[in-house]
Amino acid sequence: MNVLLGAVAYDQKVVTIWNGFRTWLRACGLDFDYVLYSNYERQVEDLVNGRIDVAWNSPLAWVRARRLAARRGVPLTPLTMRDTDCDLRSVIVVRSDSAVRSASDLAGRIVATGAVDSPQATLLPLSLLRSLGLSPGPEAAGPCGPGAGVTVRRFDVGVGLHGDHIGGERDAARALFAADPAGRVDAACMVDSNLLLFGREGTLPAGSVRVLAQTPLYDHCTMTAHGASPGIARLGELLLGMDYADAALRPLLDLEGLKEWRPPRLSGYAPLERAVDEAGFYDADGEVTAAGYRP
Amino acid sequence: MAAVDLADLGLDEGGHLLVARAVAALAPGERLTVTGRHPALRLHLAAWCRASGHQFAGDGTPAVVKGGAADRRWAGAARAGDAAGPPEARADQRWGLAARGALVEAGGPPLGAHWSQREHVWADIAPQLYAAAAASQWDPATAVDWAAPAVAVPADIERAVVQLMTYLVENEQAALVIPARLLSQLHPHYREVMQLLASQAADEARHVEVFTRRALASGGPLGTSSAGGRASLQTLLDEPDFTTASFLLSVLGEGTFLDLLRFIADHAPDRVTADVTTLAARDEARHVAFGVSHAAHLAACDRSYLGTLRQAVERRHAALQDTAGLNAEVFDSLVLLAAGSWAPAAIRHGWQAVRDLRARMDEGRRRRLAYIGFPDDEATELSALHTRNFM
Ligand SMILES: [Fe+2]
Ligand SMILES: [Fe+2]
Repeated sequence: MNVLLGAVAYDQKVVTIWNGFRTWLRACGLDFDYVLYSNYERQVEDLVNGRIDVAWNSPLAWVRARRLAARRGVPLTPLTMRDTDCDLRSVIVVRSDSAVRSASDLAGRIVATGAVDSPQATLLPLSLLRSLGLSPGPEAAGPCGPGAGVTVRRFDVGVGLHGDHIGGERDAARALFAADPAGRVDAACMVDSNLLLFGREGTLPAGSVRVLAQTPLYDHCTMTAHGASPGIARLGELLLGMDYADAALRPLLDLEGLKEWRPPRLSGYAPLERAVDEAGFYDADGEVTAAGYRP
Repeated sequence: MAAVDLADLGLDEGGHLLVARAVAALAPGERLTVTGRHPALRLHLAAWCRASGHQFAGDGTPAVVKGGAADRRWAGAARAGDAAGPPEARADQRWGLAARGALVEAGGPPLGAHWSQREHVWADIAPQLYAAAAASQWDPATAVDWAAPAVAVPADIERAVVQLMTYLVENEQAALVIPARLLSQLHPHYREVMQLLASQAADEARHVEVFTRRALASGGPLGTSSAGGRASLQTLLDEPDFTTASFLLSVLGEGTFLDLLRFIADHAPDRVTADVTTLAARDEARHVAFGVSHAAHLAACDRSYLGTLRQAVERRHAALQDTAGLNAEVFDSLVLLAAGSWAPAAIRHGWQAVRDLRARMDEGRRRRLAYIGFPDDEATELSALHTRNFM
């Protein structure tokens, strides 16, 4: 029973986490190893091609994996997700003193987002704007004329990491208060946990912003296997059995940002599937179609 | 049902402390309703719950359902002994640097301290000795009257004082390094011993300072450092065991130094020399007290340890057999200091005084050895094997 897992190296801690998990999983009798990818696109392709057994996928990577696998007739098995991957929400915020009172007031204004491939700070909030009757478009397309146009200013940090690197999201929040009027934006997009984080760390001082709109609930990362095997099943069992009381595991779980692994669910990805289609990020077969996206 | 009201406080400005405090009182599965006027309360609370291992219930008044994993961080935690009581017989390496009595979360790197058993480092008097040490720290700048009008010390006597100070500095440096080395390998669970050794090293640092300053007072060059003297001190530095190192340094070496420092103070030709040696002797008395009490403590727990101490003395004696031991110029300086002049009658008097000094040193060593538990005949034998270098 051996299993090879792929994970994206969005931070140095990923090595610590998977080295630690590997030691623990091997001690449990599973012949486990992992490889690291510099971006999610190659990881998804390798998963579907069977070069790795399991991928630790971002939500966007799951959407692409599902589409690629469906086209090629490859069976995928959802294995697990973190407790912290369930029921997220993204928000669009404005300065507290902003004249923008409702989403429709954003017409003709500038909205800051995270990186082009960030589900939580770009794709889902822009989909929210569309659902509210607005037409977000890239800044390069020129100033939007009268009507429902909204100019999108992207902060492309860590492209290919599907928003795991929150630098772009933080830059978007900072742009709300840019000293230079040319750098200032009218609204910024972020996930609820970063709204709280940016408030606590002072990037967005208490009382400085107002939430204008929020997305429906959605789910985040999910671990996906290529097909099924006894090793894959055992990996799922072992992950679900990880106990936060275990002193050897707890620092790794803390680094990975969870208290417990949960059984997987696929009900939380519909909003992202829709957002991907609207933005033309991937086509129905899972090919990358986003303009200018080069992980 | 439990409830907490945050008024207008946001979770981005400390509100989560109130929520966490209320949740802590609940059992897993129990519910806490959270009310407040902050506009982002629901969003913040949902994000906080997710990150904290709780369930967010958003229908109606927002509520937190306590998760099972959150409290499990402390499932394997244990107290690092008793803060008020005596230290444990064995200090767990997994306690690391945690305070004695702290609730220690399982995990984290083990300490790897070499000395982690009480009997190998402890003495019941350590807490009182540390308190005394803390209360007796003195400032070299003000405790000595450096500006005292210099009595005209004859040039040869001054040379003798400078030679003695040069020798003292060398010995004080050994006496500083040894407790510092023991300290670095001591489990901090034995807090009072750690504190005492730290204050001991600080004492020696002051001794180095005042003896250096007195040596330089007359503007001349320092005296000599002999190979035999340094060889003697090196054997102390090389002693790997806590108790034998402490025994050789503090019981035999610093014990002997007590008489030496008092001798220099008694025969000092000037006020500063008398002051610096008197101040140092006061500190040394504490160092000796710990060394004697610790060796006695261990010997009382394990009689066979007397044999280990005996072997340490014999081993050191054998290692030094072929060295000169004491720097001859130091010995001569002691005689001249006590004589006060080169007059033959004065030298006879000085010679007698130094002979008496050595007898007092021997008597002191035998008394301390007997206190530790050596029979009188063995104490006499071991005292005679002590290094000629005094320390
Ligand atoms: Fe000293
Ligand atoms: Fe000392």
